Amino acid sequence: MNSMDDSDVQVINVSRRAFLGAISAVGLVLVVGCSRRDTASADPPKYGADSMPHGWVDNPLAFVAIAADGTVTVVCHRSEMGQGVRTSLPMVVADELEADWRRVQVQQAPGDEQRFGNQDTDGSRSVRHFFAPMRRCGAAARTMLEQAAAAHWGVPSGEVTAVNHEVVHGPTNRRIGYGELAVAASHLKVPAGDTLRLKAPSQFRYIGKGEVRLVDGPDIVAGRGMYGIDTVLDDMLFAVVARPPVYGGKVGSYDAAAALKVPGVVKVVEIPGTPPPSEFQPLGGVAVIARNTWAAIQGRQALKITWQDGPNVVYDSKAYRATLEQAARTPGEVVRNQGDVPAAMARAARRIEAEYYIPHMAQTPMEPPAATARIVDGLCVIWTATQAPQATRDRVSKRLAMPSENVTVNVTLLGGGFGRKSKPDYVVEAALLSREMKGVPVKVTWTREDDVQHGYYHTVSVEHLEAGLDAAGKPVAWLHRSVAPSIRSIFGPDPRHEAPFERGMGLVNVPFGIANLRVENPAAEAHTRIGWYRSVSNIPHAFAIQSFVAELAAAAGRDPKDYLLELIGPAQRVDPRTMGDSWNYTESPERYPFDTGRLRRVIETVSREAGWGRKLPPGQGLGIAAHYSFVTYVAAVVQVAVSGKGELTIPRIDVALDCGPQVNPERVRTQIEGACVMGVSNALASEITFKAGRVEQSNFNDYQVARIDAAPREIRVHLIASDFDVPLGGVGEPGVPPIAPALCNAIFAATGKRIRQLPIRDQLAAHGSQPAANG
Amino acid sequence: MELDVNGQMRTFDAQPEMPLLWVLRDLLRMTGTKFGCGMALCGACTVHVDGQPVRSCITRVSTLAGKKVTTIEAMAEDSIGKRVQAAWLELGVPQCGYCQAGQIMSATSLIRQNPRPQDADIDKAMSGNICRCGTYPRIRAAIKRAADNAGSAG
Repeated sequence: MNSMDDSDVQVINVSRRAFLGAISAVGLVLVVGCSRRDTASADPPKYGADSMPHGWVDNPLAFVAIAADGTVTVVCHRSEMGQGVRTSLPMVVADELEADWRRVQVQQAPGDEQRFGNQDTDGSRSVRHFFAPMRRCGAAARTMLEQAAAAHWGVPSGEVTAVNHEVVHGPTNRRIGYGELAVAASHLKVPAGDTLRLKAPSQFRYIGKGEVRLVDGPDIVAGRGMYGIDTVLDDMLFAVVARPPVYGGKVGSYDAAAALKVPGVVKVVEIPGTPPPSEFQPLGGVAVIARNTWAAIQGRQALKITWQDGPNVVYDSKAYRATLEQAARTPGEVVRNQGDVPAAMARAARRIEAEYYIPHMAQTPMEPPAATARIVDGLCVIWTATQAPQATRDRVSKRLAMPSENVTVNVTLLGGGFGRKSKPDYVVEAALLSREMKGVPVKVTWTREDDVQHGYYHTVSVEHLEAGLDAAGKPVAWLHRSVAPSIRSIFGPDPRHEAPFERGMGLVNVPFGIANLRVENPAAEAHTRIGWYRSVSNIPHAFAIQSFVAELAAAAGRDPKDYLLELIGPAQRVDPRTMGDSWNYTESPERYPFDTGRLRRVIETVSREAGWGRKLPPGQGLGIAAHYSFVTYVAAVVQVAVSGKGELTIPRIDVALDCGPQVNPERVRTQIEGACVMGVSNALASEITFKAGRVEQSNFNDYQVARIDAAPREIRVHLIASDFDVPLGGVGEPGVPPIAPALCNAIFAATGKRIRQLPIRDQLAAHGSQPAANG
Repeated sequence: MELDVNGQMRTFDAQPEMPLLWVLRDLLRMTGTKFGCGMALCGACTVHVDGQPVRSCITRVSTLAGKKVTTIEAMAEDSIGKRVQAAWLELGVPQCGYCQAGQIMSATSLIRQNPRPQDADIDKAMSGNICRCGTYPRIRAAIKRAADNAGSAG
């Protein structure tokens, strides 16, 4: 796989500056023309990075440059949005390269998957998919340096070793620095991947240590970090867009006279929208282009626009919830079935039923969507914060009817992504407006209101669960109906059913040893743009299932942790396909089976570390939940305190995580801490609702997210140690799903009140404090 | 129009009602101060005016005549600000980092007014600054670290 075709290699040294921007020192010459050969369709199924568009590239000539002074530049091809990838992946290259991290700098790749491999920074995949290619990349560069040194001294290459930024000749103890070897090394053939000598994990300098500081930290704290919204170009113009308030709506007519009188406003122009399914193309609307952002905003306020709303004007969250509930109470498409659920329900000693509601949410990254475009001589250059650099390039190219190679997408830091910046509609807007202004650079900024009201929302769902318990309280039948509009509805005709990737996010792949188990997915229509939101469909599925298990435990009079472990049963490695999951986060079912032993272990670890069962004051409680997502196992214990007035505080959250080996444990911890806070936001406060097709919220006053006073007082992350021969799991997303159900289970333990709809908001106000019946 | 920004007099053409945020970002091209909400709800745009924390997104530039505006770009020269920045790095606070300029401006001002802030003080002073990545626990710890360092340095 991924063999390199020498005929693709172009040796370039001067023109590469245009591509690599800031790299001016010429050393190890970067050659960035290697592309993977297309493989025949008869090949076996591809998994992991192999299954992604453009797969992976491990060629050091694409990723490593060494200047004459020894400065090593490592290209990061994945987008930095807070997960630390600009530190973690270059650190992997540097480790295998035997580079001194103090002499390494990081260069962000533009959107170009032919050169760098897949760049879609989503799905908790960056380190999981690129750890191995980046190790090979560093090892190949190290080998080339060693070969160059051996040739320089005229000694066998077996006598030289690269150590901390220089190559040493053992017998004579001669040393030569990387900078002196770079040019010679660059002329050597890149060694084949299967000939490389990778380090043993015991030799790692940086991998797994968690001691490397954030590459972008110093810039960030000094206000020098450059995000998409920070792009500054000479003579640039600034735009905001008034978009149709209803998905699929369009401009009926508009009057720009008043807007054009606002000082600083340069032009008002209509952007044609793309009718649903509008995929990643803009919603359309009326753009105001001005000398500064504020003038553009003032101009937009002065516009008089009559909208034609279209059929989605009927979208009303209250009515839609009733529609979802009705669907959830009626048999629907069967997506997993084993045993005979109706017969087992009929025989059960007791039947328990519960329904959960999880609303739309908006990602609201702190940096709202923003992009700058310039078009000169038929070349379009973009600067933006995007999770999908190649998709951005493709969509701009398509919309401008310009060859893809004429579009350059420069990727800035992302001020948060959470899935929103996987959809480059805002970038296409900037490109269209620059074209409208004859190529002058135009920056489009989304105001927070735009972000809240014209997003790609987390789905909304009703989760209906029924269980039949035997006389001992053990489930003998399980029925789950999940009803939610699908993300696929933005890409084509609305399928009205969850896609395999949505069902595989904890709906069908429930790891419980219940003989009679049935999962159904009744139909639901989408009336707005549905999009990825950190951890995606795991949010509703985990909330419902992990809440329901605690409800069953309570009905059976059992400890919820013991009950959960009993449901999971003995440790076994389950082929996900036998659970109706054909997707498995794109990973091989053999390499990545569902390992219930690992799930048990995180539950046991977190219970022990959190002091499960400890005595707490009245009004306090512990709740537990566990969830497998992004091929990683997570369990959380949340401690809550609920006052007599229903005020909720969270003294502590413990999380145990098994993601296989941790490449950068320090950043794994911060991702889990962040996931706890986002899980708390999701549970407590965040909700998008629609009325007459329009989003009812507008800014952080009515679309609420957790602030510091709502954050857990303490978060303890317990990482399960793992050897580097275990396949890597995801990190960015899997921390989120267990938090909301563990929190609500803790509320139940503290107060006896069961929360079945999110957000919790004021649902605790009326309950009054009750003695803790702590689990 | 003239404005004292980080100790320098800056001259620009602006409507008097233009918020300071856009003067800084679009006219003076100082992009360290961030736009997050435009309504003083998120704190990303926090600057100091005569030493006090202010949300620049709702502060009309016409109200600033004769006052001193200090932004994140000058925090390295502020005796408390530089300790806050150092604590942020030592404890690995930033994730995406976008809100952190505002967080650091609020934290610096908190420590200036209260050299030994406790959790409740921190929550109160910092609750106007949203971080969507969820760095709050580390922000609390870093504020205490910076306060300790500021105290020990006299």
